[in-house]
Amino acid sequence: MSLHVDVAVRRGRFTLDVAFEVPAGGVLAVLGPNGSGKSTLLQCLAGLLVPGRGTVTLGGRTLTSVPGVQVPVHDRGIGLLAQDPLLLPHLTVVENVAFGPRSQGVSRVRARAQARAWLKEVDAAGFARRRPAQLSGGQAQRVAVARALAGGPRALLLDEPLSALDVDASPAVRGLLRRVLRRSHSRDGHSGDELSGTGREVTGGDRCAVLVTHDPLDALALADDVVVLDAGRIVERGPVKEVLAAPRTPFTARIAGLNLVSGLAADGGLRATDGRFVAGVPSGDCVAGEPAVAVFAPGAVAVHPADAPHTGSPRNVVDARVSSLEPHGAVISLRTAGEAGAEAGIAADLTPASVAELGLEPGSPVRLEVKAAAVAVHPAVESPSPFPAAEP
Amino acid sequence: MARRDGRRRDAVPTDAVPTDAVPTDAVPTDDVPTDAVPTEDVPTDTVTSGGGLRSRRTRNRNPGLPWVLWIPAGLALALVVLPVVGLLVRTDYARLPELLTSSAALSALRLSLVTASLSTIACVVLGVPLAVVLARARGRGVRLVRAVVLLPLVLPPVVGGLALLYLLGRNGFLGYLLDVVAGVSVPFTTTAVVIAQTFVAMPFLVVSLEGALRGSGQRYELVAATLGARPWTVFRRVTVPLLLPALGSGAVLSFARALGEFGATITFAGSLEGVTRTLPLEVYAQAQADVDSAVALALLLIVVAVVVIAVARPKAFDR
Repeated sequence: MSLHVDVAVRRGRFTLDVAFEVPAGGVLAVLGPNGSGKSTLLQCLAGLLVPGRGTVTLGGRTLTSVPGVQVPVHDRGIGLLAQDPLLLPHLTVVENVAFGPRSQGVSRVRARAQARAWLKEVDAAGFARRRPAQLSGGQAQRVAVARALAGGPRALLLDEPLSALDVDASPAVRGLLRRVLRRSHSRDGHSGDELSGTGREVTGGDRCAVLVTHDPLDALALADDVVVLDAGRIVERGPVKEVLAAPRTPFTARIAGLNLVSGLAADGGLRATDGRFVAGVPSGDCVAGEPAVAVFAPGAVAVHPADAPHTGSPRNVVDARVSSLEPHGAVISLRTAGEAGAEAGIAADLTPASVAELGLEPGSPVRLEVKAAAVAVHPAVESPSPFPAAEP
Repeated sequence: MARRDGRRRDAVPTDAVPTDAVPTDAVPTDDVPTDAVPTEDVPTDTVTSGGGLRSRRTRNRNPGLPWVLWIPAGLALALVVLPVVGLLVRTDYARLPELLTSSAALSALRLSLVTASLSTIACVVLGVPLAVVLARARGRGVRLVRAVVLLPLVLPPVVGGLALLYLLGRNGFLGYLLDVVAGVSVPFTTTAVVIAQTFVAMPFLVVSLEGALRGSGQRYELVAATLGARPWTVFRRVTVPLLLPALGSGAVLSFARALGEFGATITFAGSLEGVTRTLPLEVYAQAQADVDSAVALALLLIVVAVVVIAVARPKAFDR
């Protein structure tokens, strides 16, 4: 069941205009900041919103075609796993999971049997009789996964499925999603046999999924490909690992948690837009004089007092001012004020101890150093977007 | 105003059992309202014991509650409680059984319970779909329709009764049609009572349901639809069950409103004993003839209302 999407939606001054395809069994991650059009896209796919133009087809069946076709939500075969589990509070866990099969005309006994099998699949068989209110967030989301899959969707939409969970619960649910999404990919499903009674499960191996997230970790763990949305357009796309490891737009770099300086490729590095030379390791496909980006991790940035002498091997030294300091797990993420070539500023990871030692606060002048070996230079995409379909 | 303060100090500690401490006449002596502040704690706290405030210390530990509020709050409570107390005091308990078991009283009670139940059912059957449509439908007309639905809330019931009369009466266009086509005349029948009560009570149900529907949003319905549930299945298995708590309180409100309906009923249905004379109408009729009887019936009405609230309370008010 491959999913083809080519839609355009106007909402006031905002325009969403995207085209992409998810192959059968594939998982596509959609990354983007708030207001980039992720929700609008999901609404189009789910059938809640009729786009102004375009088509949505799933496994050869046209779900939306403007003008003309708009298959209603319940008949699209597209499941939804939202940020909140949204388990129906008046039903028990097993009744929630059986809701989909029941609604599609499966007998009560059979729907229950399927529900129990799916609960077992998500390691939630133990609380089949509980009410949703008696579950923790992670448990509830696991049940929600079972419910979404028990509905036998031909495609699954995942809308930030982990963002409402606390840090302890999200790895388990991520692992579960990885199992169920990737199992359909490998088409071997050990439990596929006991679930084969669902009818649609026979084709479940082809199920594709669209995962909306702002967390690169989710994209890396769950998806094959990624599209990056910004202001309603796809600004980057490709295999997740490649896109995140070598971001070609400042926006993607920020999502990936990497620093990016844009400019023109030069011998042994990059000439930034402000004329400064960034020493780095060019990738094989870099052509001197062509647009390129230099990418390096915040962990590779050393932070010194503004008046520190230039010592040792780092060849990239830049003076900047601290714009923000934010705790990020065990480290403190420092970001400098933006400048030409690196509009988003440069991020550096520090321990709380060094922040205290250096006496850093927003506005403090600092000297940043990056080893040339830690800087990768890639060809940049033609700005702002390489995809004609995404042009307004 | 002041008299309520004066009276509260007497009436409340004795736990609302009427005593001669309260002048049966209910004409009070004048107190200065503000002097009630120092003594406010004890009686007011007793009155509002549901709030769990017991003493000055407790109040001091609650910085979010300005003490000034206790004065108007106490007055408001007195306004509700004291008239009822007055009624209790005024009741002739010796004649009570006799007054309440008179055939007129019994038939009025029976009629009230039957018509209020029927109109509550009508409110639910018609009001639930209306509330769902108002909350979920999109369109320009919906706002206007919502305003119209609220009309009976702000309209004097007498006006509502008059409007019903000119719709369904012999000279009303629908009434004329019914008369000619089916030979049915609605006004001054028990049916008219039910229609009048439904007219007045339905907005209560619709408003409380619509608020609940808007509050819960459509997220559950959407998820159910993505699981393959058709709109009717979603309505039956998701919308309605989620609405049940609000439906409970809305139905209770409607029932209580229908039970107390007077103006629209007397205008549209008249006051025919055994046919349209419900308890409020009977109270009104007796108030002209036998005050003791009117008071006894009023007491009965209060008891019925309290029972309704007590029975429905767990679902209706404990959100």
